[in-house]
Amino acid sequence: MDLPLADFLQIDFPALLVACLAGLCCGLPGNFLVLRKQSLIGDAMSHVVLPGIVVGYLLSGTLDTIPMLLGALGAALISALLIELIRRLGNVEPGAAMGVVFTSMFALGVLILEQTGASGVHLDVEHALYGNLESTLWFGLNNWSDILSTDAFEQMPGSIRRLGLVTLAVFFVIVIFFKELKLSTFDPAMATSLGFNAKYISIGLIIVTATSAVAAFDAVGSILVIAMFICPAATARMWTDRLSSQLLLSAVFALLSGSLGYLVAAFGPFLLGADYALNAAGMIAVIACVLQGISMVFAPNHGTFGRFLKQRKAMQLPTSV
Amino acid sequence: MLHDLFEILSFQSGYNTNVVLLGSGLLGTAGGVVGVFSLLRKRALISDAISHATLPGITLGFLVALALTGTGKSLPFLMIGSTLSGILGVLLVQWIKDNTRLPEDSAIGTVLSSFFGLGVVLMSYIQNLKSGSQAGLESYLLGSTASMLQSEAEMIAFSALAITILAILFMKEFGLVCFDPEYAASRGWAVSKIDLLMMALLLAVVVIGLKTVGLILIIALVIIPPVAARFWTDRLGLMVSISAFTGGLSCYLGAALSALTPDLPSGATIVLTATSIFTLSLLFAPKRGIVAVALRQLSFRLKITRRRALLSLDKGPASLTLLPSLLLRREGVINSSGELTSQGKKVVSLMAHDQALWNQYLSDYPEEAFAQNKWSLVMITDVLSFDLIKELENSISGQNLSAGQNLVSGPLKDIS
Repeated sequence: MDLPLADFLQIDFPALLVACLAGLCCGLPGNFLVLRKQSLIGDAMSHVVLPGIVVGYLLSGTLDTIPMLLGALGAALISALLIELIRRLGNVEPGAAMGVVFTSMFALGVLILEQTGASGVHLDVEHALYGNLESTLWFGLNNWSDILSTDAFEQMPGSIRRLGLVTLAVFFVIVIFFKELKLSTFDPAMATSLGFNAKYISIGLIIVTATSAVAAFDAVGSILVIAMFICPAATARMWTDRLSSQLLLSAVFALLSGSLGYLVAAFGPFLLGADYALNAAGMIAVIACVLQGISMVFAPNHGTFGRFLKQRKAMQLPTSV
Repeated sequence: MLHDLFEILSFQSGYNTNVVLLGSGLLGTAGGVVGVFSLLRKRALISDAISHATLPGITLGFLVALALTGTGKSLPFLMIGSTLSGILGVLLVQWIKDNTRLPEDSAIGTVLSSFFGLGVVLMSYIQNLKSGSQAGLESYLLGSTASMLQSEAEMIAFSALAITILAILFMKEFGLVCFDPEYAASRGWAVSKIDLLMMALLLAVVVIGLKTVGLILIIALVIIPPVAARFWTDRLGLMVSISAFTGGLSCYLGAALSALTPDLPSGATIVLTATSIFTLSLLFAPKRGIVAVALRQLSFRLKITRRRALLSLDKGPASLTLLPSLLLRREGVINSSGELTSQGKKVVSLMAHDQALWNQYLSDYPEEAFAQNKWSLVMITDVLSFDLIKELENSISGQNLSAGQNLVSGPLKDIS
């Protein structure tokens, strides 16, 4: 197979970049969601942002980031309030309250999308579910050296710029508030007693989650957003007990599944002789899960196979002494 | 438009539409009944994992059917495939929860995203096949009653009916296992088998609902009706009935609405109909609804305001703020210039006496008084026995001889 460099740089490189950035910006906050047993907030967010994005698009008439982001944040906020209200008044578990709200919001998003003719312009339901990673194109790249040129920077696709900014912001928020996040995740009561309100940190985390979900949603679709919130963090959790190394590892796993998934989807079929590509977002989710599966079994301390070996060793010890 | 809707709703627009409507209604009923138990068993979101996990099964079923029969859109194959991969999804959630350090919610998220991802990959593979019969598989994502065959609708109707009947037959067992599994086990019931049956019925609802509601939103069918019903009642039998009715009605109405607008996915209309019924419950349910709660809080606040105002008037002419003075003037306790009427004097002294009795109760029986959540909120004669009040009165008059004084002079004990 012969792939011209310019094609790779214009078609595959931007898609790879988007996949990796989306993985990073969802994977990093995902660590805290997994540790706080709030993974499904990521699931809920990825559904809830749809009506917000659609309304933001309809009101502003443009596909700019800011109105869509505001719409999505508004939708996320309304949902959080509704979930709390239903949970308290209805005396039901938080999961059920969440289920009521996010299905309703998603259905509302679908309805508005189909009824207003917004679909087909840029947004449609399939796009919302599995994104359009493949259609991210970066014209003006013919050589590796072009990446640094101002010309290429101006032609950089909006989704890369958007995701890059959000990823940077998420990264800095986590670095700056690392201590607070850590303490409020593992011991919220102590965090509050030390003077920083664990509740505000929770709300802050939800805002970060919503922002990441919106930024990634447009590029990679809701399904990959969920996968990236949960899988890299859950995978990293199998390998380490330290939060800082978990964050680092989850970033590595996110990058690995993003790039590997895209490459397999884009080039796998060609290698087998077919002339089409598979869906990249889906493949990335699958690769992320395969990495997690391998880790759940073979990780040294927390994998089932590692534990099994340890147990056997422990059982053999008395006889050998 | 309205006329058309009426025609559809009253089963006057062709056999096919009627069967689809009936099937949808029965599907909603089944979802409502089964959903109650999965809600009470705190399994609401497992159904999310199940429904997303069915996608690879649907696509594999399609591929198998394509290889065997030449056309992929064969409902039995798709249903078998989705059932199998749904089961695999549940087992995987259970395995992750039991064998790794990851909590259940992470397990659910992992399974739903990876299975769905695999399904999407397989769908993109199917789209590139040169068979030409692949169109329509997307309808399983958001549901499409428009493309439903008559035989499919009949199958959905019969299966939904069977699920509903089974769930109602086992209602007692399911209820006990939901509320008190230990007790059920101690009575010799096979809790794990009953649990398995509940899970099987949930899976069955999800699988037969895929075509109508779609796998993204099918979870709404087993969550929204029971949560709506939860607002109306605390009793299991009633909750099951209300939930079944809500689910049935929303699917029936939603399917009818989507028959009018064929380009709209039926899943969205069905879920939004359910959401509307849910919103009505959230607002107007008698005990837990927002309106009822707000009214209750308002009347509580008014009661306290009135009592405080009366007690302050007892100590002499007091300047009341707007709300209490309006309240008391309407009652005829004070006249327009703010002075006590003759009837008002009676009310004030009665209230003062009542407060004195409550205070005495607090000092004589502190523990009982703190446990009494109506302390100083209603007249004491409504709550305590005649003998006890007599005793309190004696003890007050005894104290008055020794010039004792009450420390508490109003409803200070806040109940919330």
